[in-house]
Amino acid sequence: MDSALIPEGVKRCSLWKFLLALALVSAVLMWGVYAMLLCWVKGLNQTNMNDYYGFALWIWADLAVIALGGGAFFTGLLKYVFGKDELKYIINYAVLIGFICYSSAQLILGIDVGQPLRGWFIFWHANVHSMLTEVAFCLTCYFIVLTIEYIPLSLENRQIKKVPFFANLTHNMHSAMAVFAATGAFLSFFHQGSLGGVSGVLFGRPFSFREHILIWPYTFFLFTWSAAAFGPSFTLFVTWLTEKITRKKLVKDEVIHMVAKISGWMIITYIIAKSADTLYWMFNTAPSQGLQWSFFYQNNPFYGKWILFTEIFICGFLPGLLLIFKATRENPTFRVTALVLGIIGVCLNRWVLVLQTLAAPVLPFDSWVLYIPSWQEVATTILPIAYGVILIMISHRYLPIFPQERELNPIDAPPASVVSRQPAPTAVVEGQSA
Amino acid sequence: MLPFLFEWVWDMGHYVFHGAVWAVLSIIGMGMTFCIIKSVVDTMQGKTGHDPHH
Amino acid sequence: MKQTQSQQRPKRYGMAIDLDKCTGCGSCMVACFAENNVSFREDETNKLLSITWLRVYKMTNDKPFPDTDVCYIPRPCQHCAGQHEGHSPCVSVCPATATDYSLYTGIVSQIYTRCFGCRYCMAACPYHARYFNWWDPVWPTGMERTLSPNVSPRMRGVVEKCSFCFHRYQLARDKAYTEGKRPIREAEYQTACTHACPSGAIVFGDLNDSTHQVNRIVRPDPDNHYKARNPRAFRLLERLGTDTKVYYLSDREWVRQAGDNYLADEQPGTIGPPRGGSH
Ligand code: SF4
Ligand code: SF4
Repeated sequence: MDSALIPEGVKRCSLWKFLLALALVSAVLMWGVYAMLLCWVKGLNQTNMNDYYGFALWIWADLAVIALGGGAFFTGLLKYVFGKDELKYIINYAVLIGFICYSSAQLILGIDVGQPLRGWFIFWHANVHSMLTEVAFCLTCYFIVLTIEYIPLSLENRQIKKVPFFANLTHNMHSAMAVFAATGAFLSFFHQGSLGGVSGVLFGRPFSFREHILIWPYTFFLFTWSAAAFGPSFTLFVTWLTEKITRKKLVKDEVIHMVAKISGWMIITYIIAKSADTLYWMFNTAPSQGLQWSFFYQNNPFYGKWILFTEIFICGFLPGLLLIFKATRENPTFRVTALVLGIIGVCLNRWVLVLQTLAAPVLPFDSWVLYIPSWQEVATTILPIAYGVILIMISHRYLPIFPQERELNPIDAPPASVVSRQPAPTAVVEGQSA
Repeated sequence: MLPFLFEWVWDMGHYVFHGAVWAVLSIIGMGMTFCIIKSVVDTMQGKTGHDPHH
Repeated sequence: MKQTQSQQRPKRYGMAIDLDKCTGCGSCMVACFAENNVSFREDETNKLLSITWLRVYKMTNDKPFPDTDVCYIPRPCQHCAGQHEGHSPCVSVCPATATDYSLYTGIVSQIYTRCFGCRYCMAACPYHARYFNWWDPVWPTGMERTLSPNVSPRMRGVVEKCSFCFHRYQLARDKAYTEGKRPIREAEYQTACTHACPSGAIVFGDLNDSTHQVNRIVRPDPDNHYKARNPRAFRLLERLGTDTKVYYLSDREWVRQAGDNYLADEQPGTIGPPRGGSH
């Protein structure tokens, strides 16, 4: 029924199946929207946050999605600035995932602040010394960049590109894409870093405070690095998931292996730097504030040393090693295991830096406070996932996201209705690399 | 954000921060303006956008 | 920050609280509540959700009877100066400049109409001195008439905290100005908790003014981040580099030790220079 909108030469499920799936995800979305409205109308008393937990699940979700969305800027940087041309086969998807992650982060922040209508104060009355200001500015600018990167992709739709203006716009935007990608990479360095800075500058919180290089604490650099390391992992993981769901190969193995290898080396170097930082904190920073590092991992029912071990070894070194060795990297089971572990690792890192920071007592006569999110917080955190799934479903159905899909899944007998098969689509799709 | 607001100070922090912000916004703005204007011109010249790239 | 008010010479308002005099009666808390239009709910059992600008904590020395000792420690906002004047944990992080450090009084202000409730400052404050308005403030019928006209009540979704009764400072300043631009006298600006404490444990004044009692008690050393020269005095979490303006006094060694974190082999007072943010 909607075949006129579906890219040429590819096969999609029937419209009814698609709508049914869309309805299911939309139901989850509506649940999230309901919780969001509750938070906006009734206030943040709908959450389980309290005066010890000013930051909680939402800020974690923000940090996590932005780290995972890092695949967009890093792939863009490698492709447009360092000229790794093979990445053109996956960059569309990286951009789409990045777009989803960043719009989700903005949405969650919009729910998280106590006075959403005053959100613009962060720009208007900006305190340039605050890490959060840097985050807000760079994040917004980068979101604009992602939108610009997503526009030409959405104009690739079969019907839209028939309009000459849109076709020209797509073409011209592709030509200018390197400028946008470089700007995006610049912005990403800063906001990924500033997100790390958010907890690293808290000199009142010995658990997360780190020494500085110029005005930036070590966590600044670690966050940028980890986003560049684990972001591509996430892109690969979502690609794998999409392939499983659509039961099709969408990206060639060489491309997957290449991204996996880059991600692997980034993870290994990152986790070495992270270990050095942790050791320095353990034996220098924390003791200088009168605290043994083990203090932060005891006397409470949840935050034990296991969390540190899991983050660094099981979800750091292990996936890194699995991805740098050819044998394990090219074995789908090992590779996907590594991707999943890596994703867990970076999420755990963000969790620890936000939540454990607040859980640990600082005043000697205070005690640990733990926190469990309310259903409203959980629902509003799932909301962006549902939204992301919907956007991916629609984009995948109607846009040529995967340039190699046609080649990898040839349709043996083209339906009679597709008469005019111009050679154009490949050229247009390859236009991404122009 | 703007120099007439009371929290504005003419110091290094503001130069660097807002310098970067406005530079980035200008690049993005000019880039998009260029693309749109060029597309309008191209369209008026009868190009279809499907010409071979480079 | 640029300052618009003009004053004769920078002040450094601060407090000295004698913990050996404090009985933990909580009068200061009540006075603070009433003075500053602090809102409350019907059920205040969950202390993690109660707004208490001034909170009295209870500490014990963890020793069995008969050596058990208890100490109450009132904790207002400490009005941290940070490693360089104005680099308070909270002020330095607020993205919207909604909390500010006055170089003329040393008071950390909170601008309710500008705070958009991101709560970054709460994450930054190690003293838990900041409170969020999780609910709309509602006073029982008729009670709103008891609200102080000098203090604006706060709306849902913003952060609030102890202001050292800044409105009292404003009143004193205006009075002094109209009476021939003379300096504010010590007794003219006192916080509500200071007035309310029945045992006189709280002393408030200008730490820079040697005629003020608080200065004579604490004897702060301006060359060493205002560390107290009185051996009875200490500040909370001094080694984090927060440079606070609330000093505590006690003859009891364990109480002084409880003001900061120390490694097993460290003696209070033997610590190195405090750390802190560098920008
Ligand atoms: S005690 Fe907390 S709220 Fe008060 S100035 Fe220090 S950091 Fe800020
Ligand atoms: S909650 Fe308000 S005062 Fe605190 S950091 Fe955010 S905007 Fe500033």
